[in-house]
Amino acid sequence: MNQVRIAINGQALDVPAGISVAAAIARLQWPFRRSPRGQARAAFCGMGVCFECRVRIDGIAQQRACMVPVREGMQVMTDE
Amino acid sequence: MGHWLGVKSYDLIIVGAGIIGTACADYASREGLRVAIIEPGPIGGGATAAAMGHLVAMDDDPAELALANYSLALWEDFTGIEQIEYSRCGTLWVASNEAEYAHIPAKIARLAAVGVQAERIDSDQLYRLEPALQRGLTGGMRVPREAVVYPPGMARHLLNRACARGAALYPQRATAITSHGVQLEDRTGLAGSVLVATGCALPQLLPQLPMRSRKGHLVITDRYPGVIHHQLLELGYADSAHGDADSSVAFNVQPRPTGQILIGSSREYGSDTSEVSMSMVRRMLERSFRYLPALRQLNALRIWTGFRPVSVDGLPYLGRVPERPNVWVAAGHEGLGITTSLGSARLVIDQWLGRTTAINARPYDPARVATWA
Amino acid sequence: MSEHYDIVIVGAGPAGMAAAEAALARGARVAWLDAQATAGGQVWRKDAKYGWPHRAEHMLAHLLNHPNAMWMPQTQVIAAEPNALLLQNERQALSITYSALILATGARELLLPFPGWTLPGVTGAGGLQALAKQGWPLGGRRVVIAGSGPLLLAAAATAKRHGAHVLGIYEQASKAAVHGFARKLWRWPGKALQAAALRCQLAGIAYRYGSIVARAVGSDALQLIEVEGPHGIERIECEQLAVGYGLVPNVELAQMLGCAMKQEAAHPYVSVDDSQRTSIANVYAAGELCGIGGRDCAWLEGRIAGLAATGAGIEAPLLWQRRHVRNFAAALREHFKLDPGIHALADPDTLICRCEDVPLQALQGFDDARSAKLATRCGMGACQGRICGTALAELGRFPRSGQRPPLFPARLSTLGDVPSPSDTEGLF
Repeated sequence: MNQVRIAINGQALDVPAGISVAAAIARLQWPFRRSPRGQARAAFCGMGVCFECRVRIDGIAQQRACMVPVREGMQVMTDE
Repeated sequence: MGHWLGVKSYDLIIVGAGIIGTACADYASREGLRVAIIEPGPIGGGATAAAMGHLVAMDDDPAELALANYSLALWEDFTGIEQIEYSRCGTLWVASNEAEYAHIPAKIARLAAVGVQAERIDSDQLYRLEPALQRGLTGGMRVPREAVVYPPGMARHLLNRACARGAALYPQRATAITSHGVQLEDRTGLAGSVLVATGCALPQLLPQLPMRSRKGHLVITDRYPGVIHHQLLELGYADSAHGDADSSVAFNVQPRPTGQILIGSSREYGSDTSEVSMSMVRRMLERSFRYLPALRQLNALRIWTGFRPVSVDGLPYLGRVPERPNVWVAAGHEGLGITTSLGSARLVIDQWLGRTTAINARPYDPARVATWA
Repeated sequence: MSEHYDIVIVGAGPAGMAAAEAALARGARVAWLDAQATAGGQVWRKDAKYGWPHRAEHMLAHLLNHPNAMWMPQTQVIAAEPNALLLQNERQALSITYSALILATGARELLLPFPGWTLPGVTGAGGLQALAKQGWPLGGRRVVIAGSGPLLLAAAATAKRHGAHVLGIYEQASKAAVHGFARKLWRWPGKALQAAALRCQLAGIAYRYGSIVARAVGSDALQLIEVEGPHGIERIECEQLAVGYGLVPNVELAQMLGCAMKQEAAHPYVSVDDSQRTSIANVYAAGELCGIGGRDCAWLEGRIAGLAATGAGIEAPLLWQRRHVRNFAAALREHFKLDPGIHALADPDTLICRCEDVPLQALQGFDDARSAKLATRCGMGACQGRICGTALAELGRFPRSGQRPPLFPARLSTLGDVPSPSDTEGLF
C-alpha cells in the first residue's frame, strides 16, 4: 500500500495513503483537542457531525480530522 | 404585593424583560419599589440577544454621549460576574485614509470633555496592537477602557437580582394598558404605574410613540483566540449607524472571551422577517474582509438577525408618556441599548420617584414626539 | 459563475446513488455531492484497506465515469433557496442551480449522554465502523460494542475485520424482543441471510441482551466501562467503547428549504408522497431522511426519486417493494425500542453539550432550546446542536430549534465571496 509522510505536532509519521487525518492522529494516541473546560477529546461520531475531532491542518484551525484524507507533507497540530 | 379590589397591585409594572426592562426592574427594586415584570418570551430574548454587547461611547450626539458615559460608569459594578462575561478589550477605531485620521483629534476632545480617555495611534502602533489588520491603514483611535459583555446574561442577572428583592415575574403577554394598570393574556389585571420597555413592539401598547425596526445581521466564528484583541470598528461606522439609508454595512468585529469572533454590522429598514439574508451577509463580510482579510479562512458557526428599535430622532424615549398619567416608557435605544441600559433605568426611575436625575432628562422626554407629529 | 444541472443530488449513499443512476439513465445532467471524500455514504463507506463493498463498487464505477454526471466530493451545502445551493468544498465556494433537487442526506447516529461519554476512546457504534474504515488503528485493541439494533453486529464485524479484540456486544433490547424480531425475519429473506452471515463472522463473540453501558471511566482516555445487565453490573476494561442507539434522519437541509416534516417519536423526518416529492416544488427526498428505513429502502426510494424527478412514471412493483422494506423498518423500531432507563443515564454533572461543556444540571428549568441556549450556551457550538439538541429531544426535554444558514460551519469566504445566481433577481 502507498505510504504518505505527514507531521503531527512536528513529529513525522508515515501512514497508508487514503486514511483520514483522524486515523493518523489515533496512531499516536494523542487527544485531538481540549474542550472549553480543558477535557481531552477525540473523534466520536466518525462522520463529520459532532466536530469533536477538530484540529489544525496546514495552518487552518478547527478542521474535522475525520473528513480529511491524509496528503503528502500535511502538517497537523492537535491541541496538545 | 398589595391588593386593590382583588387585583394584585404594584408600585411599578414593567412590560418587557430585555436589558432595558430588567435594568429598570433591578434599580426600582433596589430603591424599594414593589415591582412586577411581564415577559412572555426568554429573558433578554429580543434585541438584547441579537446585540453585539459592545459597551461604547459614541461621540457624535451630545445627548447620546451623555447617556452612554453615565451608563458606562454604572457598568463598572458588573465587571466580575461570570455570566455577564465582561471583558475590557478596549475599542480600536480604524482610519483607512488621511481624512478619517484627521477627524480623530476632534473625537478625542469630545470624549475627553465627558471624561472618556482615548488616544490617537499611528499605523505602526495600529499593527503592533492588531497585526491581522489589512496593510495600508492610516492609524486609529484607541479607547482602552471600553468593554464587551454578554447581554442576555446581564438581563438574566438583573432580573434575578430584582426577583431576589421580591419582584414578581409574569411569564405572559400584556394585552392592554388599562386605566389602573395592565391586563394580561389570561385576563389577570395588575394595578400600578406601568413602564413599557418592549423595544420594537412598543407601538402595540403605545401607538402614539413611533418606532421603526432596523434589522441587523451578526455572524459568529468558531474559536480562534488571538486573531484580534480589541473591538475593531471603522471610523466610518457612525455614518452607517446614523445615516438613514435603506441599508448599510460597516466593519465592526469583536473578540469574544471564548476566542470566537463576532462580526457585524448591517442596518436595514423595510425588512420585517427574521430570516437571514445571504446578500446582506455577503455585503457585511466583504466589508470586514477589506479590513481583516484573515477572517476569510475562519469558520462561521452561526448567523442571526435582530431588530433595533429606532425612535423618531434616534434617541430613546425615557420618561412619562404624554397625557397618560401613570404610564412610562423606556424604549428606542437603537444600537446602543446595551451600553445605555443602566443609565436609562436610573433616568426613568429617578423621575418616577420625583428625584433630580443625574443627567439632563429633557432630550429623552417622550413629550418631544408631540412636536414631531 | 454558477453551473446549472437538471438534477442535483445531495448525498452519495445508496439513495443518492440509485437516484443518480435512474436520472442518468433518463438522459439527465446530474451533479451529485457528498461531504465525504468518497462516495458510498455510511453504509457503503469505502474502506481504506479493503475498498468498497462489492455491489457498491460496481455501481460506483458506472456512476463516477458517467459523462453526464458531475461528482463533487468533500462538498457541503451551506445555504439554500428554492432553486439554488451555495456549496463549499475543501478549496472553494460555488453555487449551483437545478431544475430538480433530490435530498439523500441520510441519517446520523443517535448518541446519548452517560457519565464518561466524552472520554477519548468512546465513539458511536456506526462511528467506530466509520473510523475503522478510515484506518483508525484497532489491531489488538479491546473493543466493546453497545447500544441497540442490527448496526451493532455490522460495527462488530468491521472492528473484528480490522483486528480488534471484540470483547462483547451489549444490546439494550431484551432477549424476548430480539427473538421476537428474529422470528419475523423470514418475511425479508435478504435480511435474514445478512443477519446469518454477520452472526457467522461474529462467532465466538458474546452477545448480551438487556444490557446498557451505564458509565465509562478513565482520566484522559477510556479505561473501564460499567454495563448494567439482567445479572447485575459488569465492569470491563477496554480501550474502545462503541455505543449507538440507532439512527436519526438528517433533515436540516430539508428544514432550511421549508419542506414539511413529520415526527417519529422525538425526531422529525421529511414528509414525501409516493413519488418522493416533498411539500416544496421540485424538491424530492429519498432514504433515511424520510424516516429510518435501511439500505434497501434508501435504494428503492432513491430510484423512485430519480425517476420522478426526470418525469418518468413509477412502476407499481417499486412501490410494493418500498412498502415491504418500510414494514421491516417498522418491525425494527418496535422490537428495538429504547429502554426508558437509557434516558436517565446522565448524572447532573454529565455534559450534554459536548462543544460548550454544558452539564445536565445547567439545563434545569428550561423548556425550550432557545432559552436554554441563551442562558447556558447549550447548542451554541460547532455541531450546531446536532448532538446535544438531538439528545435533548430524545430525552424528552425540548425539540431542537430550526435550521438557519450556514447549514454547517462554513468558511467566511464562502459566505462573503460567492455571488449567488439569483442575486440579480434579488432572491438570495
